[in-house]
Amino acid sequence: MAEAPGDIEQLIDLMARLPGLGPRSARRAVLLMLKKRGAVMAPLATVMAQVAVSARDCARCGNITNSELCEICRDERRATGELCVVEDVADLWALERGGAFKGRYHVLGGTLSALDAVGPDELRIPRLVERVAEEGITEVILALNATVDGQTTAHYIADVLTASGVSLTSLAQGVPIGGELDYLDDGTIGAALRARKRF
Amino acid sequence: MEWRDEGALLSMRRHGESSAIIEVFTAAHGRHAGVVRGGASRRSAPILQPGAQLAVNWRARLDDHIGAYTVEPLRSRAGLMADRLALAGLNAICAMIRVALPEREPHLHLWHMTMALLDALEAPGWPPHYLRWEMLLLDEIGFGLDLSTCAVTGSREDLAYVSPKTGRAISAEAAGDWAPRLFPLPPVLLGQGPATQTELAQGLAITGHFLTRELAHARNDRGLPEARARLLDLLSRP
Repeated sequence: MAEAPGDIEQLIDLMARLPGLGPRSARRAVLLMLKKRGAVMAPLATVMAQVAVSARDCARCGNITNSELCEICRDERRATGELCVVEDVADLWALERGGAFKGRYHVLGGTLSALDAVGPDELRIPRLVERVAEEGITEVILALNATVDGQTTAHYIADVLTASGVSLTSLAQGVPIGGELDYLDDGTIGAALRARKRF
Repeated sequence: MEWRDEGALLSMRRHGESSAIIEVFTAAHGRHAGVVRGGASRRSAPILQPGAQLAVNWRARLDDHIGAYTVEPLRSRAGLMADRLALAGLNAICAMIRVALPEREPHLHLWHMTMALLDALEAPGWPPHYLRWEMLLLDEIGFGLDLSTCAVTGSREDLAYVSPKTGRAISAEAAGDWAPRLFPLPPVLLGQGPATQTELAQGLAITGHFLTRELAHARNDRGLPEARARLLDLLSRP
């Protein structure tokens, strides 16, 4: 089988490392870009080069931005005293899509993990403690994943922040919208029952 | 090669985009790793949490291959996530098994005790069980403590210390001037009386000392896992 020229093959290899793409789909994507070189490939290359230079972490919350502070941290209307702690930027974006939260965020950059030797100093936990003290935070919402690592991290943060006197809350766990009980795992059903509310 | 077994999940690590490599502490095959195809999916996420009790089917072409698991959930431990101390206990148990036991070596008695301890985490009062479990873990790796008689006099009475070298009990009379260099022996290690917080800490200091020493070579002197230190920290609080 004839191989693609070296640099194109290299592009396919790089594309195949992206989530959701394998070697075949990367090859298809590269072929499409080559077909639409002016409309897709060149603008994509330009934007990627720009983002590679400009993208950085927000100095305050850890969100991805292209300036010192992200848009959320610059917006004074979001200084509600509520701070939502999330594991990574994807979680922040998920909460922003929902549009229900009007406060500010703090991105930890992962969770505590004995397996991957991630300790508190590898995460942005010391910065979180500083922010709670400096920004007049009244409530910290621990929006961490309902996994063993996520909840271990939540308990650790709760320990660290207890002395500050700030109100600590966490997301509810239970039946998702559109969820059918028959398809839920035992853990979720148990959590939903424990967190039942008056109807 | 194919077998079926039951066990507790110790760890899960993503492998590629959709698969996961899991380690399970099984009854008949010990600590055993394998690939779960589709294990990184959202559907598998609640099942593949540390501590979850699973029925596993392992298949490989050759015995020394990593092989592939198919898993069925038997019991979730998700209820422990809301309890800070129980979650720390769960993390410590999984981490200690991972660092202390060699792969693919059955430890049936320890397995039964581990399942019982994981069940016990759901109610208060489990920390003395954890201490006894660590003593059994020491036993299983070949360094069980001998607390039946005094190493010096052979007496069964007045046992008050543990030698940090031999792991044997020493009576108060035999210890003499050496007492400050020995570990105080809390009654809970002899199966006597309810464990106070101090006794528990003394007991865990003893098991920690011997586990650190025995695992030093295998762990390149990295000490015991952080998860155990976190549990000890929580247990030491009023």
